Amino acid sequence: MRCDFADSLLQGYFDCELSAASADEFERHLEDCVACASELVELDILSARLKVAPLYEVAPPSLKKRIRTSLRPVTRTTAIPRQLLWHLLAAAALVVLVIVGWRLRLAFHTDDYRAELATEMVDAHVRSLRPGHLTEIHSSDGQAVNEWFKEKLSFAFPARDFGKDGFALRGGRVDFVDNRSVAVLVYAHIGYPINVFIWPTRERGTSSHAGSLQSYQWIDWRKGKLEFCAISEASAADLQQLRRLFIE
Amino acid sequence: MNDLDAEDRLHFEQLVLPHIDAAFNLARWLLRRREDSEEVAQEALLRACRFFRGFRGEDVRAWLLQIVRNTCYSWLEKNRPRELMVEFDEERHLQPVATPESIAITNNDRERLTRALEALPSRFREVIVLRELEGCSYREIATIMSIPIGTVMSSLSRARRQLYFALADPSCKEAVREV
Repeated sequence: MRCDFADSLLQGYFDCELSAASADEFERHLEDCVACASELVELDILSARLKVAPLYEVAPPSLKKRIRTSLRPVTRTTAIPRQLLWHLLAAAALVVLVIVGWRLRLAFHTDDYRAELATEMVDAHVRSLRPGHLTEIHSSDGQAVNEWFKEKLSFAFPARDFGKDGFALRGGRVDFVDNRSVAVLVYAHIGYPINVFIWPTRERGTSSHAGSLQSYQWIDWRKGKLEFCAISEASAADLQQLRRLFIE
Repeated sequence: MNDLDAEDRLHFEQLVLPHIDAAFNLARWLLRRREDSEEVAQEALLRACRFFRGFRGEDVRAWLLQIVRNTCYSWLEKNRPRELMVEFDEERHLQPVATPESIAITNNDRERLTRALEALPSRFREVIVLRELEGCSYREIATIMSIPIGTVMSSLSRARRQLYFALADPSCKEAVREV
Protein backbone atom coordinates (compact mmCIF):
# COMPACT_ATOMS: atom_id res chain seq x y z
CA MET A 1 0.00 0.00 0.00
CA ARG A 2 1.12 3.49 -0.78
CA CYS A 3 1.08 6.00 1.99
CA ASP A 4 -1.18 9.06 1.82
CA PHE A 5 1.89 11.26 1.89
CA ALA A 6 3.44 9.64 -1.17
CA ASP A 7 1.88 12.05 -3.66
CA SER A 8 2.69 15.21 -1.78
CA LEU A 9 5.11 15.51 1.15
CA LEU A 10 7.26 12.63 -0.01
CA GLN A 11 7.94 14.30 -3.37
CA GLY A 12 8.55 17.68 -1.79
CA TYR A 13 10.90 16.16 0.77
CA PHE A 14 12.85 14.33 -1.92
CA ASP A 15 13.15 17.49 -4.02
CA CYS A 16 14.06 19.68 -1.02
CA GLU A 17 11.02 21.83 -1.66
CA LEU A 18 9.43 21.59 1.79
CA SER A 19 9.55 24.27 4.45
CA ALA A 20 11.64 23.36 7.52
CA ALA A 21 8.50 22.67 9.52
CA SER A 22 7.00 20.38 6.89
CA ALA A 23 10.32 18.60 6.46
CA ASP A 24 10.47 17.93 10.21
CA GLU A 25 6.93 16.64 10.15
CA PHE A 26 7.71 14.31 7.29
CA GLU A 27 10.89 13.02 8.95
CA ARG A 28 8.91 12.10 12.04
CA HIS A 29 6.47 10.27 9.80
CA LEU A 30 9.35 8.53 8.04
CA GLU A 31 10.47 6.86 11.26
CA ASP A 32 7.35 4.69 11.21
CA CYS A 33 6.46 4.44 7.51
CA VAL A 34 8.27 1.70 5.65
CA ALA A 35 6.37 2.42 2.41
CA CYS A 36 7.61 6.01 2.25
CA ALA A 37 11.15 5.01 3.21
CA SER A 38 11.32 2.47 0.40
CA GLU A 39 9.77 4.87 -2.08
CA LEU A 40 12.41 7.45 -1.22
CA VAL A 41 15.02 4.87 -2.19
CA GLU A 42 13.21 4.23 -5.46
CA LEU A 43 13.07 7.94 -6.25
CA ASP A 44 16.76 8.19 -5.59
CA ILE A 45 17.59 5.25 -7.86
CA LEU A 46 15.43 6.66 -10.65
CA SER A 47 16.85 10.15 -10.35
CA ALA A 48 20.41 8.82 -10.41
CA ARG A 49 19.71 6.72 -13.48
CA LEU A 50 18.20 9.67 -15.33
CA LYS A 51 21.18 11.83 -14.51
CA VAL A 52 23.81 9.27 -15.37
CA ALA A 53 22.25 8.28 -18.72
CA PRO A 54 22.58 11.26 -19.74
CA LEU A 55 19.28 12.18 -21.30
CA TYR A 56 19.72 15.92 -21.58
CA GLU A 57 19.98 16.82 -25.25
CA VAL A 58 21.68 20.07 -26.11
CA ALA A 59 20.74 22.08 -29.17
CA PRO A 60 22.80 21.25 -32.28
CA PRO A 61 25.28 24.01 -33.20
CA SER A 62 23.50 24.52 -36.52
CA LEU A 63 20.30 25.49 -34.68
CA LYS A 64 22.14 27.92 -32.42
CA LYS A 65 23.72 29.48 -35.47
CA ARG A 66 20.39 29.75 -37.30
CA ILE A 67 18.73 31.42 -34.34
CA ARG A 68 21.57 33.89 -33.88
CA THR A 69 21.50 34.72 -37.57
CA SER A 70 17.77 35.28 -37.62
CA LEU A 71 18.11 37.69 -34.72
CA ARG A 72 20.56 39.70 -36.77
CA PRO A 73 24.07 39.80 -35.41
CA VAL A 74 24.21 42.92 -33.33
CA THR A 75 27.48 42.20 -31.57
CA ARG A 76 29.15 40.43 -34.45
CA THR A 77 32.05 42.20 -35.99
CA THR A 78 33.55 39.46 -38.13
CA ALA A 79 33.12 39.27 -41.88
CA ILE A 80 30.07 37.80 -43.61
CA PRO A 81 29.92 34.01 -43.97
CA ARG A 82 32.42 32.77 -46.49
CA GLN A 83 29.71 30.98 -48.46
CA LEU A 84 27.74 34.17 -48.96
CA LEU A 85 30.89 35.96 -50.03
CA TRP A 86 31.49 33.27 -52.64
CA HIS A 87 27.96 33.66 -53.95
CA LEU A 88 28.51 37.36 -54.26
CA LEU A 89 31.79 36.84 -56.01
CA ALA A 90 30.19 34.30 -58.33
CA ALA A 91 27.43 36.77 -59.15
CA ALA A 92 30.01 39.45 -59.78
CA ALA A 93 31.94 37.11 -62.03
CA LEU A 94 28.80 36.33 -64.04
CA VAL A 95 28.18 39.99 -64.63
CA VAL A 96 31.73 40.31 -65.79
CA LEU A 97 31.35 37.57 -68.40
CA VAL A 98 28.71 39.60 -70.18
CA ILE A 99 31.07 42.50 -70.68
CA VAL A 100 33.46 41.99 -73.57
CA GLY A 101 36.86 43.24 -74.64
CA TRP A 102 39.28 45.30 -72.64
CA ARG A 103 36.72 46.29 -70.03
CA LEU A 104 36.62 42.76 -68.75
CA ARG A 105 39.53 42.99 -66.36
CA LEU A 106 38.58 46.40 -65.10
CA ALA A 107 34.98 45.39 -64.51
CA PHE A 108 36.01 42.32 -62.57
CA HIS A 109 38.18 44.40 -60.35
CA THR A 110 35.34 46.86 -59.74
CA ASP A 111 32.69 44.29 -58.85
CA ASP A 112 35.04 42.39 -56.63
CA TYR A 113 35.87 45.60 -54.87
CA ARG A 114 32.19 46.46 -54.54
CA ALA A 115 31.31 43.16 -52.90
CA GLU A 116 34.10 43.64 -50.42
CA LEU A 117 33.12 47.21 -49.78
CA ALA A 118 29.49 46.23 -49.17
CA THR A 119 30.69 43.73 -46.58
CA GLU A 120 32.75 46.37 -44.81
CA MET A 121 29.89 48.83 -44.89
CA VAL A 122 27.45 46.31 -43.44
CA ASP A 123 29.92 45.54 -40.66
CA ALA A 124 30.30 49.24 -39.94
CA HIS A 125 26.52 49.61 -39.97
CA VAL A 126 26.09 46.75 -37.51
CA ARG A 127 28.80 48.20 -35.26
CA SER A 128 27.02 51.55 -35.28
CA LEU A 129 23.80 49.98 -33.98
CA ARG A 130 25.36 49.23 -30.61
CA PRO A 131 23.99 51.60 -28.02
CA GLY A 132 25.72 54.98 -28.17
CA HIS A 133 27.66 54.33 -31.36
CA LEU A 134 25.32 55.79 -33.96
CA THR A 135 26.17 59.48 -33.79
CA GLU A 136 29.04 61.57 -32.45
CA ILE A 137 27.20 64.76 -33.17
CA HIS A 138 23.51 64.47 -32.51
CA SER A 139 21.62 67.15 -34.43
CA SER A 140 18.96 67.55 -37.08
CA ASP A 141 20.48 70.88 -38.11
CA GLY A 142 22.44 70.38 -41.33
CA GLN A 143 24.49 73.52 -40.73
CA ALA A 144 25.60 72.38 -37.30
CA VAL A 145 26.53 68.94 -38.62
CA ASN A 146 28.54 70.56 -41.42
CA GLU A 147 30.45 72.71 -38.97
CA TRP A 148 31.25 69.67 -36.87
CA PHE A 149 32.63 67.73 -39.84
CA LYS A 150 34.68 70.67 -41.12
CA GLU A 151 37.32 70.26 -38.44
CA LYS A 152 37.58 66.51 -38.76
CA LEU A 153 37.77 65.83 -42.47
CA SER A 154 39.80 66.92 -45.45
CA PHE A 155 36.75 66.94 -47.70
CA ALA A 156 33.45 68.79 -47.54
CA PHE A 157 29.88 67.94 -48.45
CA PRO A 158 26.52 69.46 -47.63
CA ALA A 159 24.67 67.75 -44.82
CA ARG A 160 20.94 68.27 -45.29
CA ASP A 161 17.88 67.28 -43.37
CA PHE A 162 15.14 65.62 -45.45
CA GLY A 163 12.65 65.47 -42.60
CA LYS A 164 9.75 66.65 -44.73
CA ASP A 165 10.39 63.75 -47.15
CA GLY A 166 10.48 61.24 -44.33
CA PHE A 167 14.24 61.08 -43.85
CA ALA A 168 15.07 63.00 -40.71
CA LEU A 169 18.71 63.90 -40.13
CA ARG A 170 19.86 62.55 -36.78
CA GLY A 171 23.48 63.58 -36.84
CA GLY A 172 26.82 62.26 -37.95
CA ARG A 173 30.06 60.59 -36.98
CA VAL A 174 33.44 59.77 -38.39
CA ASP A 175 33.91 56.06 -39.02
CA PHE A 176 36.79 53.98 -40.29
CA VAL A 177 36.03 51.81 -43.31
CA ASP A 178 38.29 50.26 -45.92
CA ASN A 179 41.34 51.60 -44.10
CA ARG A 180 40.31 55.23 -44.22
CA SER A 181 38.24 57.76 -42.35
CA VAL A 182 34.82 58.27 -43.82
CA ALA A 183 32.05 60.67 -42.93
CA VAL A 184 28.74 59.16 -41.92
CA LEU A 185 25.43 60.96 -41.96
CA VAL A 186 22.72 59.27 -39.95
CA TYR A 187 19.08 59.46 -40.95
CA ALA A 188 15.97 57.94 -39.46
CA HIS A 189 13.23 56.61 -41.69
CA ILE A 190 10.07 55.03 -40.17
CA GLY A 191 12.10 53.87 -37.22
CA TYR A 192 15.07 52.50 -39.17
CA PRO A 193 18.44 54.11 -38.79
CA ILE A 194 20.16 54.74 -42.13
CA ASN A 195 23.90 55.23 -42.35
CA VAL A 196 25.14 57.20 -45.35
CA PHE A 197 28.90 56.71 -45.71
CA ILE A 198 30.71 59.42 -47.66
CA TRP A 199 34.31 59.53 -48.84
CA PRO A 200 36.31 61.11 -51.66
CA THR A 201 36.83 59.04 -54.79
CA ARG A 202 38.94 59.46 -57.89
CA GLU A 203 36.89 57.04 -59.93
CA ARG A 204 34.60 58.53 -62.50
CA GLY A 205 31.28 57.24 -63.72
CA THR A 206 28.07 58.02 -61.93
CA SER A 207 26.31 54.66 -62.16
CA SER A 208 24.63 53.52 -59.00
CA HIS A 209 24.76 50.05 -57.52
CA ALA A 210 22.53 48.39 -54.97
CA GLY A 211 22.26 45.08 -53.22
CA SER A 212 21.41 43.36 -49.98
CA LEU A 213 23.56 41.57 -47.49
CA GLN A 214 22.49 39.82 -44.26
CA SER A 215 19.04 41.37 -44.61
CA TYR A 216 20.52 44.87 -44.91
CA GLN A 217 20.02 46.90 -48.08
CA TRP A 218 22.83 48.95 -49.51
CA ILE A 219 23.03 51.41 -52.37
CA ASP A 220 26.06 53.19 -53.64
CA TRP A 221 26.38 56.20 -55.93
CA ARG A 222 28.79 58.98 -56.86
CA LYS A 223 28.36 62.69 -57.10
CA GLY A 224 31.12 65.12 -57.90
CA LYS A 225 34.27 63.72 -56.39
CA LEU A 226 32.49 61.92 -53.60
CA GLU A 227 31.20 58.39 -53.25
CA PHE A 228 28.12 57.68 -51.16
CA CYS A 229 26.91 54.39 -49.73
CA ALA A 230 23.65 54.13 -47.78
CA ILE A 231 22.93 51.07 -45.61
CA SER A 232 19.82 50.22 -43.68
CA GLU A 233 17.17 47.70 -42.81
CA ALA A 234 14.71 49.95 -44.64
CA SER A 235 13.58 48.78 -48.08
CA ALA A 236 15.60 49.17 -51.28
CA ALA A 237 12.96 51.60 -52.60
CA ASP A 238 13.39 53.80 -49.52
CA LEU A 239 17.14 53.94 -50.09
CA GLN A 240 16.59 54.83 -53.76
CA GLN A 241 14.41 57.70 -52.64
CA LEU A 242 17.10 58.92 -50.27
CA ARG A 243 19.65 58.72 -53.10
CA ARG A 244 17.44 60.90 -55.28
CA LEU A 245 17.16 63.46 -52.49
CA PHE A 246 20.95 63.52 -52.22
CA ILE A 247 21.47 63.95 -55.95
CA GLU A 248 18.92 66.73 -56.40
CA MET B 1 12.08 40.50 -35.68
CA ASN B 2 11.85 44.10 -36.53
CA ASP B 3 9.95 44.86 -33.36
CA LEU B 4 13.11 45.06 -31.29
CA ASP B 5 15.57 47.89 -31.57
CA ALA B 6 19.29 47.24 -31.38
CA GLU B 7 19.45 47.64 -27.62
CA ASP B 8 16.56 45.26 -26.94
CA ARG B 9 18.07 42.75 -29.30
CA LEU B 10 21.38 42.83 -27.46
CA HIS B 11 19.50 42.42 -24.21
CA PHE B 12 17.59 39.49 -25.67
CA GLU B 13 20.81 37.86 -26.83
CA GLN B 14 22.37 38.17 -23.41
CA LEU B 15 19.35 37.04 -21.40
CA VAL B 16 17.52 34.52 -23.52
CA LEU B 17 20.02 32.90 -25.85
CA PRO B 18 21.93 31.15 -23.04
CA HIS B 19 18.80 29.03 -22.61
CA ILE B 20 18.67 27.66 -26.17
CA ASP B 21 19.76 24.25 -24.86
CA ALA B 22 16.93 24.19 -22.32
CA ALA B 23 14.46 25.16 -25.03
CA PHE B 24 15.70 22.48 -27.38
CA ASN B 25 15.78 19.79 -24.68
CA LEU B 26 12.18 20.43 -23.65
CA ALA B 27 11.00 20.48 -27.28
CA ARG B 28 12.92 17.29 -28.00
CA TRP B 29 11.17 15.39 -25.20
CA LEU B 30 7.75 16.84 -25.88
CA LEU B 31 7.89 16.12 -29.61
CA ARG B 32 10.04 12.99 -29.37
CA ARG B 33 11.77 13.73 -32.66
CA ARG B 34 14.95 15.71 -33.02
CA GLU B 35 14.21 17.08 -36.51
CA ASP B 36 10.87 18.50 -35.46
CA SER B 37 12.37 19.83 -32.26
CA GLU B 38 14.84 21.99 -34.15
CA GLU B 39 12.06 23.58 -36.15
CA VAL B 40 9.81 24.15 -33.16
CA ALA B 41 12.58 25.36 -30.85
CA GLN B 42 13.56 27.91 -33.46
CA GLU B 43 9.96 29.04 -33.84
CA ALA B 44 9.64 29.36 -30.07
CA LEU B 45 12.78 31.49 -29.87
CA LEU B 46 11.47 33.79 -32.58
CA ARG B 47 8.18 34.06 -30.73
CA ALA B 48 10.05 34.84 -27.54
CA CYS B 49 11.87 37.59 -29.40
CA ARG B 50 8.57 39.06 -30.55
CA PHE B 51 7.14 39.04 -27.03
CA PHE B 52 10.38 40.11 -25.37
CA ARG B 53 9.25 43.70 -24.87
CA GLY B 54 6.47 42.36 -22.68
CA PHE B 55 8.83 40.38 -20.47
CA ARG B 56 9.15 42.00 -17.06
CA GLY B 57 9.76 38.98 -14.86
CA GLU B 58 12.94 37.70 -13.34
CA ASP B 59 13.01 34.08 -14.34
CA VAL B 60 13.92 34.18 -18.00
CA ARG B 61 14.31 30.42 -18.30
CA ALA B 62 10.80 29.70 -16.99
CA TRP B 63 9.38 32.40 -19.26
CA LEU B 64 11.13 30.95 -22.30
CA LEU B 65 10.21 27.35 -21.46
CA GLN B 66 6.58 28.36 -21.10
CA ILE B 67 6.69 29.70 -24.66
CA VAL B 68 8.49 26.57 -25.86
CA ARG B 69 5.85 24.39 -24.25
CA ASN B 70 2.98 26.33 -25.80
CA THR B 71 4.66 26.29 -29.18
CA CYS B 72 5.16 22.53 -28.93
CA TYR B 73 1.52 21.87 -28.10
CA SER B 74 0.28 24.14 -30.90
CA TRP B 75 2.60 22.33 -33.25
CA LEU B 76 1.40 18.92 -32.08
CA GLU B 77 -2.22 19.98 -32.44
CA LYS B 78 -1.56 21.00 -36.00
CA ASN B 79 0.77 18.23 -37.11
CA ARG B 80 0.05 15.22 -34.93
CA PRO B 81 -3.42 15.71 -33.46
CA ARG B 82 -3.94 12.01 -32.95
CA GLU B 83 -1.08 11.85 -30.50
CA LEU B 84 -2.73 14.37 -28.23
CA MET B 85 -6.11 12.60 -28.40
CA VAL B 86 -4.57 9.36 -27.26
CA GLU B 87 -2.97 11.04 -24.31
CA PHE B 88 -6.21 12.20 -22.79
CA ASP B 89 -6.54 8.65 -21.66
CA GLU B 90 -3.41 8.72 -19.61
CA GLU B 91 -3.84 5.63 -17.55
CA ARG B 92 -4.84 3.47 -20.48
CA HIS B 93 -1.46 2.65 -21.82
CA LEU B 94 1.18 1.70 -19.42
CA GLN B 95 3.14 0.01 -22.12
CA PRO B 96 5.68 -2.51 -21.04
CA VAL B 97 8.76 -0.73 -22.23
CA ALA B 98 11.35 -3.04 -20.83
CA THR B 99 10.26 -6.35 -22.23
CA PRO B 100 12.82 -9.15 -21.99
CA GLU B 101 13.27 -8.92 -25.78
CA SER B 102 14.04 -5.24 -25.76
CA ILE B 103 16.49 -5.76 -22.95
CA ALA B 104 18.21 -8.44 -24.98
CA ILE B 105 18.33 -6.18 -28.01
CA THR B 106 19.79 -3.29 -26.15
CA ASN B 107 21.59 -3.40 -22.93
CA ASN B 108 22.19 0.26 -23.10
CA ASP B 109 20.57 2.01 -20.16
CA ARG B 110 20.30 5.31 -21.98
CA GLU B 111 18.32 3.67 -24.75
CA ARG B 112 15.97 2.05 -22.25
CA LEU B 113 15.48 5.25 -20.33
CA THR B 114 14.82 7.16 -23.53
CA ARG B 115 12.15 4.75 -24.61
CA ALA B 116 10.57 4.60 -21.16
CA LEU B 117 10.45 8.38 -20.93
CA GLU B 118 9.04 8.70 -24.43
CA ALA B 119 6.30 6.22 -23.57
CA LEU B 120 5.05 8.39 -20.70
CA PRO B 121 2.01 10.60 -21.31
CA SER B 122 3.28 14.03 -22.31
CA ARG B 123 2.20 15.76 -19.09
CA PHE B 124 4.21 13.28 -17.03
CA ARG B 125 7.11 13.43 -19.45
CA GLU B 126 7.18 17.19 -19.04
CA VAL B 127 7.43 17.20 -15.26
CA ILE B 128 10.19 14.60 -15.34
CA VAL B 129 12.17 16.55 -17.94
CA LEU B 130 11.70 19.87 -16.13
CA ARG B 131 12.55 18.48 -12.71
CA GLU B 132 15.09 15.74 -13.31
CA LEU B 133 16.87 16.99 -16.42
CA GLU B 134 16.39 20.75 -16.26
CA GLY B 135 16.48 21.04 -12.46
CA CYS B 136 13.52 23.43 -12.27
CA SER B 137 11.95 24.29 -8.92
CA TYR B 138 8.31 23.44 -8.27
CA ARG B 139 7.44 27.10 -8.64
CA GLU B 140 9.12 27.24 -12.05
CA ILE B 141 7.38 24.07 -13.19
CA ALA B 142 4.05 25.50 -12.01
CA THR B 143 4.72 28.65 -14.07
CA ILE B 144 5.85 26.79 -17.15
CA MET B 145 2.95 24.33 -17.15
CA SER B 146 0.39 26.78 -15.78
CA ILE B 147 -0.70 24.44 -12.99
CA PRO B 148 -0.84 24.81 -9.18
CA ILE B 149 2.18 23.65 -7.14
CA GLY B 150 0.08 20.87 -5.60
CA THR B 151 -0.54 19.50 -9.06
CA VAL B 152 3.19 19.68 -9.79
CA MET B 153 3.79 17.38 -6.82
CA SER B 154 1.10 14.87 -7.65
CA SER B 155 2.07 14.79 -11.33
CA LEU B 156 5.70 14.24 -10.39
CA SER B 157 4.69 11.46 -8.06
CA ARG B 158 2.67 9.62 -10.67
CA ALA B 159 5.20 10.25 -13.41
CA ARG B 160 8.06 8.92 -11.31
CA ARG B 161 6.11 5.88 -10.29
CA GLN B 162 5.18 5.02 -13.87
CA LEU B 163 8.72 5.51 -15.02
CA TYR B 164 10.22 3.55 -12.17
CA PHE B 165 8.07 0.50 -12.83
CA ALA B 166 8.42 0.75 -16.59
CA LEU B 167 12.16 0.59 -16.08
CA ALA B 168 12.35 -2.05 -13.41
CA ASP B 169 13.53 -5.34 -14.72
CA PRO B 170 10.42 -7.56 -14.76
CA SER B 171 12.18 -10.31 -12.87
CA CYS B 172 13.12 -8.13 -9.94
CA LYS B 173 10.01 -5.93 -9.93
CA GLU B 174 8.49 -7.81 -7.05
CA ALA B 175 11.70 -7.79 -5.11
CA VAL B 176 11.89 -4.03 -5.42
CA ARG B 177 8.32 -3.66 -4.25
CA GLU B 178 9.11 -5.66 -1.17
CA VAL B 179 12.12 -3.61 -0.06
